[in-house]
Amino acid sequence: MGGGVPEELLTAQETALYDRQIRVWGVDAQKRLSKAHVLVCGVNGATIELCKNIVLAGVGSLSLMDDHVVTEDDLNANFLIPPDESIYSSRSRAEVCCESLKDFNPMVRVSVEKGDPSLIDGEFLDKFDIIVLSRTSMKTKLFVNDNCRKSSKHIAFYAIECKGSCGEIFVDLQKHSYVQKNAGEPEPKELSYHSLQEAISVPWKNLPRKTAKLYFAMRVLENYESSQGHGACEISLSDLPAVLALRKNMCYEMSLNESQIPTALLERLVAAGKKEHPPVCAILGGILGQEVIKSISGKGDPIKNFFYFDDTDGKGVMEDIPGPSTN
Amino acid sequence: MASSAAASEEAVKAAKVLMVGAGGIGCELLKTLALSGFCDIHIIDLDTIEVSNLNRQFLFRKCHVGQSKAHVARDAVLKFRPNINITSYHANVKDAQFNVEFFKQFNVVLNGLDNLDARRHVNRLCLAAEVPLVESGTTGFLGQVTVHVKGKTECYECQPKPVPKSYPVCTITSTPSKFVHCIVWAKDLLFAKLFGDKNQDNDLNVHSSESGASKSNVFERSKDEDLDQYARRIYDHVFGYNIELALENEETWKNRRRPNPVYIRDALPEEDSRQNGSSHDCSNEQEEPSAMVSLGFRNPQEIWNLADNSRVLLKALRLFFEKREKEIGNLIFDKDDQLAVEFVTAAANIRASSFGIPLHSLFEAKGVAGNIVHAVATTNAIIAGLIVIEAIKVLQGDYKKYRMTYCLEHPSRKMLLMPVEPFEPNKSCYVCSETPLLLDVNTKTTKLREVIDKIIKSKLGMNLPLVMIGHTLVFEDGDGLEEDEAANYALNLEKVLAELPAPVINGTKLTVEDFQQELSCSINIKHREEFDEEKEPDGMVLSGWSAPVEKQVTSNGGASSSGAPDTDGNPEDISTKPGMKRKLDEVLDSKEKFDASSTSSAQVVDDDDDDDMVMLDEDPKLAKKKRLQ
Repeated sequence: MGGGVPEELLTAQETALYDRQIRVWGVDAQKRLSKAHVLVCGVNGATIELCKNIVLAGVGSLSLMDDHVVTEDDLNANFLIPPDESIYSSRSRAEVCCESLKDFNPMVRVSVEKGDPSLIDGEFLDKFDIIVLSRTSMKTKLFVNDNCRKSSKHIAFYAIECKGSCGEIFVDLQKHSYVQKNAGEPEPKELSYHSLQEAISVPWKNLPRKTAKLYFAMRVLENYESSQGHGACEISLSDLPAVLALRKNMCYEMSLNESQIPTALLERLVAAGKKEHPPVCAILGGILGQEVIKSISGKGDPIKNFFYFDDTDGKGVMEDIPGPSTN
Repeated sequence: MASSAAASEEAVKAAKVLMVGAGGIGCELLKTLALSGFCDIHIIDLDTIEVSNLNRQFLFRKCHVGQSKAHVARDAVLKFRPNINITSYHANVKDAQFNVEFFKQFNVVLNGLDNLDARRHVNRLCLAAEVPLVESGTTGFLGQVTVHVKGKTECYECQPKPVPKSYPVCTITSTPSKFVHCIVWAKDLLFAKLFGDKNQDNDLNVHSSESGASKSNVFERSKDEDLDQYARRIYDHVFGYNIELALENEETWKNRRRPNPVYIRDALPEEDSRQNGSSHDCSNEQEEPSAMVSLGFRNPQEIWNLADNSRVLLKALRLFFEKREKEIGNLIFDKDDQLAVEFVTAAANIRASSFGIPLHSLFEAKGVAGNIVHAVATTNAIIAGLIVIEAIKVLQGDYKKYRMTYCLEHPSRKMLLMPVEPFEPNKSCYVCSETPLLLDVNTKTTKLREVIDKIIKSKLGMNLPLVMIGHTLVFEDGDGLEEDEAANYALNLEKVLAELPAPVINGTKLTVEDFQQELSCSINIKHREEFDEEKEPDGMVLSGWSAPVEKQVTSNGGASSSGAPDTDGNPEDISTKPGMKRKLDEVLDSKEKFDASSTSSAQVVDDDDDDDMVMLDEDPKLAKKKRLQ
């Protein structure tokens, strides 16, 4: 008779709540989820979709970092903020959203981490298994990614951006061992990821011609934002001429034909500014949610290493961008 | 650029949208619509909230269990968008109030349903009302969104959809070979016989050999009969005696493994009948009586052996009579009824062990018995986003941009989200193109009632049909019938086709209509004497239209009940995903389609100037279905 070792059993509450998803990924994966700790820096339309998804999935804990005070603009794509100034006024985005998220699953510990992602390192990072950054400067992303890699603990790193109707997700799982089901039989696999630094340093001419144009477009915008000292996403249509000029320079240096980064695409991204199209947030947050679950559970092929969505063509594509030394 | 964004916003603000379904997809969709600027949304759902919904239907909380999904969803969304209009209906979309006039008031209809029956119904109403429909479905990590606009694209029924599998009666009663057959037996026969409506027809043999002239019903419990004794008597009868009886028919077992009869004395040899006795041996008073809990079995993922299954069965039976006696005679199996699930699991397992079929855990058995579809929040969220994107295109009449989008688990040519252009309408679709159908049937032995149940209501999905032969109305369904009319129709139902007031014989044409769905079609009758019991269990065959493909039976497979959850692209094993693969095969590989006069040619549109159009279908012999241009 027997059965599993008692402590491996899910509680009656978990069994009842998670029944439908356990039928997808199994009890073991569910148990692993319940022990995972996730940090999300940058509260916006796309990341709150992610948060909703992983809280519902039953992660062990979720910490939110975003000290920006809530403004009316934030209400646009964020269903976690009640449209009531008496509730959100003078409070940080993290704080207000944390309150709402707690309701979604009483078994998940949701909390606020005050601070700035550009300062997080070492000991602090080690509290987490998963880090997600959004709307921080490239400098900060590189810094945090580097620290994740330096840690002796395996920490998965993700970056997600939604600009208007377009989005990008970056994945760095370092060395990731997992199981893939091949005709019903489990097959162990291992993947090796590039760091963020490597992934944005590859010479453009080395990349296949059909590489998603968004990859290049986002690099141009990143470059522009850091050169202007702007916070992420504070550009507007008036910046377009300067952005196009930057494109010209970068393409020249990288020996890439300018037409590979269409003007129309850059215009849309620049015009979007801070705005996020809610359906695209839902798609990006859903895809990233699935990635986080795959990474924690060790089941299923993770994305390697970029994902792009553009509602103009409706495709959700993966790009495997190599590092600078690869041919 | 700016003007198209503004035009889009205008269209959204002015739109009146109908959502059908407030469940997994519905919650995500309502939220995304509200955030996207939609401000006049109607939503219909007949369901109430259950605990197992809460892992993904995030607008609901534990305190809402039992309440209407449509109403609670509305209230939850109004909390973050208080100034929009949401009208919620706790009702069945098939109700008469949702007629063509009702549908006509909307600019677009968005489905978030979980069953084929309702989807077909909505499809027909949208066609009749000439309102575009955005359809969708998810199972585990897979999903799809499709757009249907009358005259421009295929309707939802132009491509055949897998119909829930039904099993021949003899497989269930005598020759099960799969676990699902045992589940159907345990649920629809044993459970129904013991606890359900006594007046219902039931194929379970309840007569013992003992009495002579009057065959007693073994299932009748004599007054004050000891529960244990009763339980054991039932056990021995269905697992022992009935099997011995079946073994007597040599013919049946010529090429089949012979089952082993199982008697209580073999399954639980050491046990005193009193050991299973007092139900006070459970550690504390549970809210819900449970055999598992009483016996100390804590793990629903564990596979019990024959002895333990037997203990669970006897205990469950006992608990029903001791704690839930009032319900006996009225019980219908419910997957959320713990004791019922325990009973059915145990019974199915004992039968399975008789027939050499592998046993399953309670968790697995519940999935099969309850037709449970596995589901997660992320897929629903992605699909909801895609639905809104299509809806916005539809509102602007941007028909060249409409896409069918597939959410894949494994990338296809680097894509996890794959858009495909919609097809033109299928010219032989009986729903949107009025092609006559052909019915092979024995007109001398088949009653009208059978044709109506098995073909008109079931396969053709008509709700309230009307049947005419020439000018003679032989049947009508619905309210408002005169007493004598109704009586006349009741008589006609029991007549064989050849003996109807307007006789139906070889070559006769039936006209069948459903006013609510505004659907009319013709069925040409072809008389045939013989039908194969196994391959043609209905005793009649409908053709002339792309026939539905039988869903593959897997361990999570559906049972025989109609109204089973949708199997639209429904894979069980996420690694092999047969349903989805079949749909993708149709789209990508495009072998010869069911209807030889058309073919599928799916082109993934590459909008890049410098790239070639990717042609996925290369069969120049067959006329290509035209793309939407």
